[in-house]
Amino acid sequence: MASEHTVKSFDDELSRLDNLVATMGGLAESQVNDSLNALTNRDVALADKIIAEDKRLDRLEEEINIQSQKLLALRHPVADDLRLVIAGLKVSSDLERIGDYAKNIAKRTKILTDAPRLGTSNSIKRMGGIVESMIRDVLDAYLARDNEKADDVRNRDEEVDALHSSLFRELLTYMMEDPRNISYCTHLLFVAKNIERMGDHVTNIAENVIFMVTGHRPDEARPKDDETPFTVVDGEGGAKSEIGAQ
Amino acid sequence: MNKSQNIQENPTTRKIRAGLKKRYAAERRFRFYGMAGIAIAVFALVVLFVSIGSKGYTAFVQTHIQLDVFFDEALIDPAGERKAEVLSRADYAGVVKASLRARFPEVKSRRDKRQLYGLISPGAAFDLREMIMADPSLIGTTQKMTLVASDDVDMLIKGHISRETEESARPIKDTQVAWVDQLSEAGAVSTPFNIRFFTAGDSREPELAGIWGAIVGSFYTMLVTLALSFPLGVAAAIYLEEFAHKSRLAALIEVNINNLAAVPSIVFGLLGLAVFLNFFQMPRSAPIVGGVVLALMTFPTIIIAGRAALKSVPPSIREAAAGLGASRTQVVFHHVLPLAMPGIMTGTIIGMARAVGETAPLLMIGMVAFIVDIPQGITDPASVLPVQVYLWADAPERAFVERTSATTMVLLGFLIVMNAAAVLLRKKFERRW
Amino acid sequence: MFAFQEPKGDSPVTQTAEKPTPKEAEVIPVPEAGPEDIKVAARDVTVHYSGAQALFNINLDIPERRVTSLIGPSGCGKSTFLRCVNRMNDTIDGCVVGGNLMMDGFDINSNEIDVVELRARVGMVFQKPNPFPKSIYDNVAYGPRIHGLASDSTELDEIVTRSLEKAGLWNEVKDRLLEPGTGLSGGQQQRLCIARAIAVSPEVILMDEPCSALDPIATAKIEELIDEIRENFTIVIVTHSMQQAARVSQYTAFFHLGKLVEKGTTEKIFTEPDDQRTQDYITGRFG
Repeated sequence: MASEHTVKSFDDELSRLDNLVATMGGLAESQVNDSLNALTNRDVALADKIIAEDKRLDRLEEEINIQSQKLLALRHPVADDLRLVIAGLKVSSDLERIGDYAKNIAKRTKILTDAPRLGTSNSIKRMGGIVESMIRDVLDAYLARDNEKADDVRNRDEEVDALHSSLFRELLTYMMEDPRNISYCTHLLFVAKNIERMGDHVTNIAENVIFMVTGHRPDEARPKDDETPFTVVDGEGGAKSEIGAQ
Repeated sequence: MNKSQNIQENPTTRKIRAGLKKRYAAERRFRFYGMAGIAIAVFALVVLFVSIGSKGYTAFVQTHIQLDVFFDEALIDPAGERKAEVLSRADYAGVVKASLRARFPEVKSRRDKRQLYGLISPGAAFDLREMIMADPSLIGTTQKMTLVASDDVDMLIKGHISRETEESARPIKDTQVAWVDQLSEAGAVSTPFNIRFFTAGDSREPELAGIWGAIVGSFYTMLVTLALSFPLGVAAAIYLEEFAHKSRLAALIEVNINNLAAVPSIVFGLLGLAVFLNFFQMPRSAPIVGGVVLALMTFPTIIIAGRAALKSVPPSIREAAAGLGASRTQVVFHHVLPLAMPGIMTGTIIGMARAVGETAPLLMIGMVAFIVDIPQGITDPASVLPVQVYLWADAPERAFVERTSATTMVLLGFLIVMNAAAVLLRKKFERRW
Repeated sequence: MFAFQEPKGDSPVTQTAEKPTPKEAEVIPVPEAGPEDIKVAARDVTVHYSGAQALFNINLDIPERRVTSLIGPSGCGKSTFLRCVNRMNDTIDGCVVGGNLMMDGFDINSNEIDVVELRARVGMVFQKPNPFPKSIYDNVAYGPRIHGLASDSTELDEIVTRSLEKAGLWNEVKDRLLEPGTGLSGGQQQRLCIARAIAVSPEVILMDEPCSALDPIATAKIEELIDEIRENFTIVIVTHSMQQAARVSQYTAFFHLGKLVEKGTTEKIFTEPDDQRTQDYITGRFG
C-alpha cells in the first residue's frame, strides 16, 4: 500500500475493515471446503457444524456493515479510500451468499447420505475444487489489491459454467433412466446450481476488486458458458441444446 | 485601449467602456491636484531653506587678521614675577593696540588710532590672555597671531557692507576700508571656519557670540521635559487605554486631554509664570522651569500618540497572553507595551521636536535674559536656541543678521534629525508581529 | 450516559481453524471507552451580552480525556460557551454569565476562584495562530515563567522541550529555538500555540476553530496531534467544519440559536441523530 494517512486512526479503521473482510473470506472459504468434503464423505457431523458456523458469517457481515457505515459517516473517505469501503460492503454481501450456498449444500448432504454413488460425484468435486481455488485467489487479489489476478479469476468462471451445463445434462439423463433417482438427482441439481452460483458470486467479488483498484468496472462482459437455461432432454434419452442457445 | 478590442462586446461591456474615459480623466485630474499640492509645499520649503541658508551660511566663517604680536613684558608683567593674578589682569588690549600701531606706523591722530583699533575685536585681548596664562614663557616674544577681526571688518569682507554706500551711512569708514585692503593684499586676512560660533556663549560683540550656551540650555530643558513628560505620559496612556473603565469620567478625561493639546503655548508660559515662578519661587530663567512648562505642553501629545499605539496592538496578542493566565498588568507590560513602544517613541520624538522649537512660553518665564555663561545644571539661568534667535533678531549689529539665520539653520537641522529619527524608527519597528 | 456503541453480538472471529487464511488476520479491537469522569459540567448556563441573551440554559457534560466538539451555524453560541469555561468572557464588557459551571466539583464563576489560576488549568488555542513576537523558546517558556513552574533554567528547558515534543514541533524547530515564533508557517505557528498552552500543564484545552486558518495538510497534522494528546488532556473543540468534528471527536454537541439542541457520541450524531434540526444541519439542509 502507499503511504499512511496523516491521521493514524484513519489507517487503523481502514485496516480493521480489511481484516474483517479477510476473516470473513477465510471463513467462507473453509465453509465451502467443508461442505464439499461433507458431501463427498457423507459426513453428517461436519454438515451440522457447517450449518452452525453460518451464523458467524452473518455476524461478520453485520460487523462489516457497521464499520463501513462508521467510516463513511465519520471519515468521509474519497478516491481509493471510498472505493475500498464500497468494495468491502459489496464483497461482504457476496461472501455471505457464498456461505449461504455452502450451508444449503450441507443441508442437502444430510438428505443424500444413503443415495447411490452416481458418476456425477467426480464432476461435482471438480466443480467444487475450481470454485474453492477461485475463492482463495480472489481473496488474495483483494488483500493484495491485485486487479490482474482478479481478472484471471473472473475468466475461470467459464469453466464452472461449462461443468454445470454438463452436470445438468448428465443428471437429467440419470433421472430419465430410473425414476427412483429423481429425488436424489434433484438435490444434486440444486447442489450443482449452488456451486455454479458460488462461482458467480466470486466473479462479482473479482469485479469489485477490479473496481476498487482501478476505479471502473471491467469492460468486457464476463464470459458465460451456462447452457442450462436452454437445455432440454428429449424422450429418446438424448440431451441436446435448443436452437438459440449459445 | 486596444486591449479592449479583444473582449467580446456585450451590453455591460459597452456601458463600462462608455464611462471609462471619464473615469481615467478624473483619475488623472486627481493625481495632478495631488502633485500640485506637493509641489507647492516643496516649493515653499525650498524657498524657506534657501532664504535662510543664503543669509546664514556666511556665519560659519569668521574673518581673522594676521598680525605680529609683541608680548611686551612691560605691559603684561612689569614686576617679572609671573604671578597669576598679575598676568590675569594685564592690559592685553594694550598689547593688541601696540601691535596694530607697529603694523601701521603712519597712523598718528587720535581719531585715526581709534579707528585702527576698531579693526580688531575686543575679544582678541581675551584670546591673548588665555595664551599667556597657559604659557607664560611667551612673554617677551613676538608671535604671528591670527586675531579675530571686528564685526564691521567681518561684514565688509563677507560683502554684507557695500563699499558703494555713503561713508556716513555705513559703520566702517574709508580709512578702515583702506587698511583692510592693505592687509588683504598682504595676505593677512583669512576666513577660517567659525568654531567660536559653536563653542562660545552669547556676547554683545557679534564676532564673539556663539550658540553653545543656547545649545546647552536647550539640552537641559529638553532633558527635564523628557524626564517628566515621557514616564507620566506613557503611564497615563496605559491607564486610560487599558485600565480605565469606559465610563463618563473616562470620556471627560479624554476630551480634556485632546483640548489640552490645542491650547496655545503662551498660555502654558503664563501658567509657568504664575505658578512655578511666583508661587513655588523656582529659579527664574532656569531649564527646570522651562522643562516643566514644556513638559506640560508635550504631555497631551505623548498621551494621544501612546493611546493610538496601544490601541493598534492586535487583540489576539492580548487574548493569547490572558488565555495563558497572565494578569492584566502582565499582559500590558510584557506584551502590549513592547509592541506599542515604537509608536510611543515616534509620538514622543515628534512632541519633543515641537518643544525644542517653542519660544513663547519660555519668554514668559524669563528665558529672554542675556545669558553669557554656559549653564552648568538645570537650575542655572539659561537660554534656548529659539529664544537666542529671537534675541539676536532684535540686535542692531549687522553681523547678528547672519548669525540669526545660522542659528535657525542649526535649529532646523536638529528638527530634521529628530523627525528623521522618528520616521526611521517607525519604519524599522512597524509590523513586527 | 454516553456509553460507546458496542458491536452487536460477541466479538468477531479472530482466526479460522484449519485452513491457512489469506492473511493471518487479527481483528483490531474497537478502542476501549473506559470509565469516564466528567471534567466540566454545565448546568443551566446562560450568557447575556449587554442585556441580549446569547446562551439559553445549557446543560452539558464534558468527559475527561476525551475530545468533545461543539458544532452549529454561525452565531449559535458555541464559541460563547467555550469562552465561559476559562472565563475569557470576563474581558468583554457587559457580559454576564449565569448558571452553574463546575470543574472537578468547584464553581468556576465563584469569587473564590482566581481567574489567573483557572486559566493556567484551562488552556486555550485560538482561531488565528497568535504566537508572541518573541523567540520560539520564549513563547513556550512564557507561561511557565509567569506561573513560576520552573525552579531553574534547566527545568525550564525541559518543560519547553517536552511541550514542543508533545506538540510534534520539536524536530522542526530544535535548531532554531531563538528565532522569532512569527517566522514559522501557519501550521507550525498553530502547533507552537498548542505547545505554549501545553507548557503550563493544563487539564483542559479549549480550541476555538484551531484549523480554520490552515491548509488541509496542516489541518491533518493538528488533528493527528489532537488524537495523540487526548490521552492526557480533556479537549473541547469548536469547529465550523462538521467533517472535522466527525473525524476528531468522540462526543459532539450541536448548538443552535443559543440553545443546545442535541448531544451524544459523535458516531450517533452523524449516523442517526435524534433531532430533526441536527440532521438538517449536518446534511446541509439548513436554510
